Amino acid sequence: MIRLEMGHIFIKDIQFAAESKIEDGVLYVSEEAVKEIVLEDEKIKSVKFDIARPGESVRITPVKDVIEPRVKVEGRGGVFPGVIAKVDTVGSGKTYALKGMAVVTAGKIVGFQEGIIDMTGPGADYTPFSKLNNFVVVCEPVEGIKQHDYEKAVRLAGFRVAVYLGELARELTPDETKVYETYGVMEGKEKFPNLPRVAYVQMLQSQGLLHDTYVYGVDAKKTLSTIMNPTEVMDGAIVSGNCVSACDKNPTYVHENNPVVHDLFEQHGKTINFVCQILTNENVYLADKMRSSDWTAKMCRFLDLDAVIVSQEGFGNPDTDLIMNTKKIEAEGVKTVIITDEYAGRDGKSQSLADADPAADAVVTGGNANQVIVLPKLDKVIGTLDYVNTIAGGNEHSLREDGTIEVEIQAITGATNETGFNYLSAR
Amino acid sequence: MNDGFLIITNNTLVKEKLGENYHVEYEDLSYEDTLRKVRDRVYLGHKLLTHPLSGSVKPNETPYKSVMISMKPGELDMRSMEIIENAIHACGKFQFKSDKYKPEVYDDFRLIDCTLLESALPSAECWT
Repeated sequence: MIRLEMGHIFIKDIQFAAESKIEDGVLYVSEEAVKEIVLEDEKIKSVKFDIARPGESVRITPVKDVIEPRVKVEGRGGVFPGVIAKVDTVGSGKTYALKGMAVVTAGKIVGFQEGIIDMTGPGADYTPFSKLNNFVVVCEPVEGIKQHDYEKAVRLAGFRVAVYLGELARELTPDETKVYETYGVMEGKEKFPNLPRVAYVQMLQSQGLLHDTYVYGVDAKKTLSTIMNPTEVMDGAIVSGNCVSACDKNPTYVHENNPVVHDLFEQHGKTINFVCQILTNENVYLADKMRSSDWTAKMCRFLDLDAVIVSQEGFGNPDTDLIMNTKKIEAEGVKTVIITDEYAGRDGKSQSLADADPAADAVVTGGNANQVIVLPKLDKVIGTLDYVNTIAGGNEHSLREDGTIEVEIQAITGATNETGFNYLSAR
Repeated sequence: MNDGFLIITNNTLVKEKLGENYHVEYEDLSYEDTLRKVRDRVYLGHKLLTHPLSGSVKPNETPYKSVMISMKPGELDMRSMEIIENAIHACGKFQFKSDKYKPEVYDDFRLIDCTLLESALPSAECWT
């Protein structure tokens, strides 16, 4: 049996202070200390910090990543293995998470970047991150830096800050504890002989600059489909390096708190046997897609699964990976339910996905990313509005004279997330 | 020079960076017309080797597109045909704004398109 105890420490506010600490649910952050951590990287020239609280008239844009601070208290490895902590298998022992808050990295990497988090108003209803106390890190690069290097520098700076803040909780007593237990293949079969064997197939974005995901520090495009214990993601085994198409990309926060994993755990031992998580990539090269989906289907058969849930990340070419996975897994006699989102045009009348197959007959949608929304002018912007007119879902009229913004919801971070980490529903 | 595949592109950066070592066919076309050019090749029997909707930068947002196809034509590949037709169809869902950016943003678009295509090279080199 593999057992992970997750301790939740609720953060109700963040404040700047002379000394970093967590006291009575308030996270106090020394600006000097976090500044030093960010500027360890010589590619970052300067950094600014800000705090955005739920309900405040604040817009954060362009958002790169959202990260939940965590600390490994007991057991093997550390948070973000292969990236910040040394490579070691994580997912067992005890981990604490700072709930109700996030580290948000923001700032321009390329000139068409997107990602909006509104802390109030109609936009806030579309992003789950509006409900968090956000510690925002805005990095400025040194002159002449290449975009690849800058992306990496900001990505890692966010993780370093999150790990630093997570460490502040090491000696605290959690407000709430949840326990997750998984079993080996034979062990699980003996323990739950009559329950259907279910796995989670997670597709990871893996195509190039601003489109990459890392598993234990490995660039996912260079991997074959593989098996993980679902508790490993709770220790940061998967991290995000992508931010283009903000609505349906998984920020690191979503990997840490993947709702598919959590919901399957809710039913684990009751209505299903949650066997494992299968990771597969979404590469540009079509033979890679064939290979990865072949391996995914092969593993589903090998594990004698009855059903899987497949979640997609992104739009367009991943639709092909999604359909390949679904067809091949169903052909092995394993039932599938897929989670995707739609680009159905502003009127919702266009074909939603760029690929389709009759085998994909059980579909959950995260919403139509082309849906138009008008965001009101807010009092404060963290980051810059320079790109609002050019981001996906915006146009030259997006930023109106009265300060309101008309965009498609694809510009809003997490609006149509394909793990279900969003608010759109059709009740 | 690798003779297994051909890169169809409207991105000058791809031509500059990859033109010496690979077969690159550059033409100053729109995003959609580049896809149509690829479609015409598919109908001549060339196989698609990379997905035409690579990347999350949307059609009509980025003006650049590079697609890898097989060098030699063979029989018509139905799957390639299906994928390229769906990709062209998808262009219609996005508002055209490829001409709305500040000049320096086009360098970023060229770079992203190039990295997407380059991400296919290790696998392509292995096979062809």
